Amino acid sequence: MKPIQLRAEEIVFAYNHKPILDGVSIALHPGEIVGLAGPNGAGKSTLIHLLSRVLTPQQGHVWLDDRALDQLSSAQVARRIAVVPQVFDLPTGFTAFELVMMGRTPHLGWLKSESARDVKIVRAAMESTGTWHLANRPIHHLSGGERQRLVLARALAQEPQILLLDEPTAHLDVAHQIEVMEIAQRLKRERALAVLGVFHDLNLAAQYCDRIVLIKDGRVFAAGDPASVITVETLRAVYGIEMCVFPHPKNHLPAALIVGR
Amino acid sequence: MIESSNVGAHDRASPVPELHRHRGTALLVVGASIVLLGAIAATFGSVAIPLETLLQIVTSKMPGASVIVTWSPSWETILFTIRLPRIALAALVGGALATSGATYQGLLRNPLADPYLIGISSGAALGATLAIIFDVNLWGGLPLCAFIGALGATFAIYALAQTGGRATPTTLILAGVALGAFLSAISSFLMFKGDSAFRTHQVIAWIMGSLSLSNWDQVIVLLPYLGLGWLVLYLHARYLNVLQLGERQAQQLGVPVARVTLTLVVATSLVTAAAVAVSGLIGFVGLVIPHIVRLVWGSDHRFLLPMSALVGALFLIIADAIARTVLSPSELPVGIITAFCGAPFFLYLLRRKREVLG
Repeated sequence: MKPIQLRAEEIVFAYNHKPILDGVSIALHPGEIVGLAGPNGAGKSTLIHLLSRVLTPQQGHVWLDDRALDQLSSAQVARRIAVVPQVFDLPTGFTAFELVMMGRTPHLGWLKSESARDVKIVRAAMESTGTWHLANRPIHHLSGGERQRLVLARALAQEPQILLLDEPTAHLDVAHQIEVMEIAQRLKRERALAVLGVFHDLNLAAQYCDRIVLIKDGRVFAAGDPASVITVETLRAVYGIEMCVFPHPKNHLPAALIVGR
Repeated sequence: MIESSNVGAHDRASPVPELHRHRGTALLVVGASIVLLGAIAATFGSVAIPLETLLQIVTSKMPGASVIVTWSPSWETILFTIRLPRIALAALVGGALATSGATYQGLLRNPLADPYLIGISSGAALGATLAIIFDVNLWGGLPLCAFIGALGATFAIYALAQTGGRATPTTLILAGVALGAFLSAISSFLMFKGDSAFRTHQVIAWIMGSLSLSNWDQVIVLLPYLGLGWLVLYLHARYLNVLQLGERQAQQLGVPVARVTLTLVVATSLVTAAAVAVSGLIGFVGLVIPHIVRLVWGSDHRFLLPMSALVGALFLIIADAIARTVLSPSELPVGIITAFCGAPFFLYLLRRKREVLG
């Protein structure tokens, strides 16, 4: 078994006395892609925030290797963990290149200025997300999909070991969804990156994730490889709907289809 | 180096957007314009000094210069004790207000933020009024009291605007406007209650925003406050860029958000207070100048802050020259000129550039 990199231990989090997460444990190993799924409001985004130290659990701990996450500075965390948030709006007046360069912030601190090496890293991140040709364009003129890929490029520019994706494919068409997942897969293979992503599309998760964690009402309902988690029974229990689950004709991974009236 | 073909003319190791390449030149041009327009502004006034003579007078003061004196000695006095300190002060105050506006707009992620509008200037004004009325002569005297007032107002606005542990830009603006009106009312009350007509007049002149009481001492008092404030702001410019993504994303990118916010608030209050202390309440410089710079050159605060300072300096030199000559021999408060030019421009921005204002 590979060493655990990021680990949440029995974390409890409530917002205004409304419990969001109620004793969730989750571990992330190098070189794996883990999918986080569950109904709206189940606490998936909150879990991403807790794992990136934006929020602190009221009970339980988050560990990065053998250190408690809240003992580290924001820069120390950001050099190891990059987050790709859902992109609704981005500030005006910055170019795509400037946005991706912000990913170098944890390495630069407040005094250092950008070196040729930083430019190289930013360029590589933009090329691997297919956004380099946008470098000089103002971000407020770009489409939702282009912005989402730029934010992914920004996360890659952080040179993280752990990538947390909060619905990274929500604004993307199917071709770009696959592109994002293939970038994640390549990084997992080449750099042993650990990836945790929130997905609403169970089929996308099943095709690309090594493990899937289903969250319901602030608790882990089921966890394991896609075939053991995506079943008619668990989907009924978690989402309250009947779905048709069968092996994908090409690779036998589970595929779930909705059943209309 | 491998060049990818689809990138074309923009391709280079470091892609420098068209406008960015001209940044250095733009700073130089605006800097030179400040010197030129400052010199031209010094020729205007009750006594007109031709530009040529002005240059000769200045040259004659250089070490080792041999210029034959062809001018009345009173011209030298007018130039060195009245006009030049006033122009220097206008430049510093304009630069300070524009930098403060740019920082507040960035920090609060609100295009409306400016020290005058969100009540921080009113805090400085109350501090200054108290200093004038009670004749406070602490170290730094009036600027120190104005600084304390600005800082107090800043934290009061932050505290009042918080709902559920977070201050949103909208509540910050509303709290700022309300607190600003409240503090101005206290200042006005103290003024009317004041027994000394001279002091009351001083307070009124100060609140209207004027540079008519300028002298070199004020320039010297102002410099350390501005120098320190500007340095701190400039060093945090890249963090300010990242903060535009929102607090959460900024933290995920390694910015110590709480510490940076506090540092910027203190440094901006320092700059605001220093400017307000010597010039009173001059509106619209802090609001409008950063928007102009942002529209032309983008939002990178590493350029936005110094460029706003220079454009603000230029704007206030011109505005003050108009203020003291348009109704000559009497003088208009410069705040009237800045509002007269700034307000229509702001309305224009509001109607035409909604997209960029965010």
